[in-house]
Amino acid sequence: MMTTHQPREPERSDLFAAVPAIDEETIRRLHDRLARDAQTAGLLDVAYRTIDSPVGPLLLAATPKGLVRVAYGCEDHDKVLERLAHDLSPRILHAPARLDAAAKEIDEYFAGVRQGFDLPVDFSLARGFRRLVLTRLRVIGYGQTASYAAIAVAAGNPKAVRAVGSACATNPIPVIVPCHRVVRSDGSIGQYVGGVEAKKALLTLETAP
Amino acid sequence: MSGILPPFEEIVIKHGRTVLRVCRAVLGPLDADDAWSETFLAALRAYPTLRPGSNVEAWLVTIAHRKAIDQTRARARRPLPVDPLPEHPAPSEADRRDGDLWAAMQALPLKQRVAVAYHYVAGMPYADVAALTGGSQDAARRAAADGIATLRKTYGKGGPP
Repeated sequence: MMTTHQPREPERSDLFAAVPAIDEETIRRLHDRLARDAQTAGLLDVAYRTIDSPVGPLLLAATPKGLVRVAYGCEDHDKVLERLAHDLSPRILHAPARLDAAAKEIDEYFAGVRQGFDLPVDFSLARGFRRLVLTRLRVIGYGQTASYAAIAVAAGNPKAVRAVGSACATNPIPVIVPCHRVVRSDGSIGQYVGGVEAKKALLTLETAP
Repeated sequence: MSGILPPFEEIVIKHGRTVLRVCRAVLGPLDADDAWSETFLAALRAYPTLRPGSNVEAWLVTIAHRKAIDQTRARARRPLPVDPLPEHPAPSEADRRDGDLWAAMQALPLKQRVAVAYHYVAGMPYADVAALTGGSQDAARRAAADGIATLRKTYGKGGPP
């Protein structure tokens, strides 16, 4: 029960009920200005955008050091962003500008006119042996494949075939770091972070005449 | 994943509109954009230290309040008086009415203006308004009631039916 001596006000005055909603354009303009200001002030720890590709929507995220994450739709982009907030920094904004070069090169790759990526990458999300494995993958050329066992040898630990498999399965920067080029020793395709269909699509693209 | 901070992008999307309305209510439509930008940039800077589970909107309004007070003081120091009813560039009829209400609010004393903005626009309870602006809960309630009464006289005339 209200026992105040003041006349009771309605929760929301009808004066403000008449005020129209703030339009999408205004909030986008302010958001974009915030993204620019944050970049200038050195506060944009993670910038992200999504792009369409023949293997579905891809989330691209970059720190000031470089591309830190590429995520397939099946990984659930909202969950990926939550994890980035936890693992890297919650200072995350949708800020496409930092990812313009990455988006362009990935578009060119899927169009079949680019065979290698010339982008700074940030391996902050991979540690230890997994990070070592990912750095070795870049030596497998466009259109080539290598076995998990061969990569284990290249990483200096021939017995670590399963660990190579885990490193590929948790590759934070697929497509750019070509874990799709790692296949089983018997020639079968093996697993992939973006699903086996996506892996097939990438290998088919790279071997197209 | 409760107990962790969501990406800041979510904070902007979820609370950006309310904070903009509060800025417009306290500072008028012209200075509101700058206050919004300063508020969110300051919030982004401090965000990693925010305790997960905090009332984010109240936190943002607190930052906006400080920015608004700063701007109000800066405005008072300006050598030339600022036109209290500046021309609002918004094109639509709806936006024009919106602008008129915010302009009418600019004629209220600061104490009433902030009480109206935080209670009626941000939806904060009077206890929180009082904690933010100083003074008692009853004083905040009275300031908001006085502000609304004045707005009914000044804005109600010639406003929308």
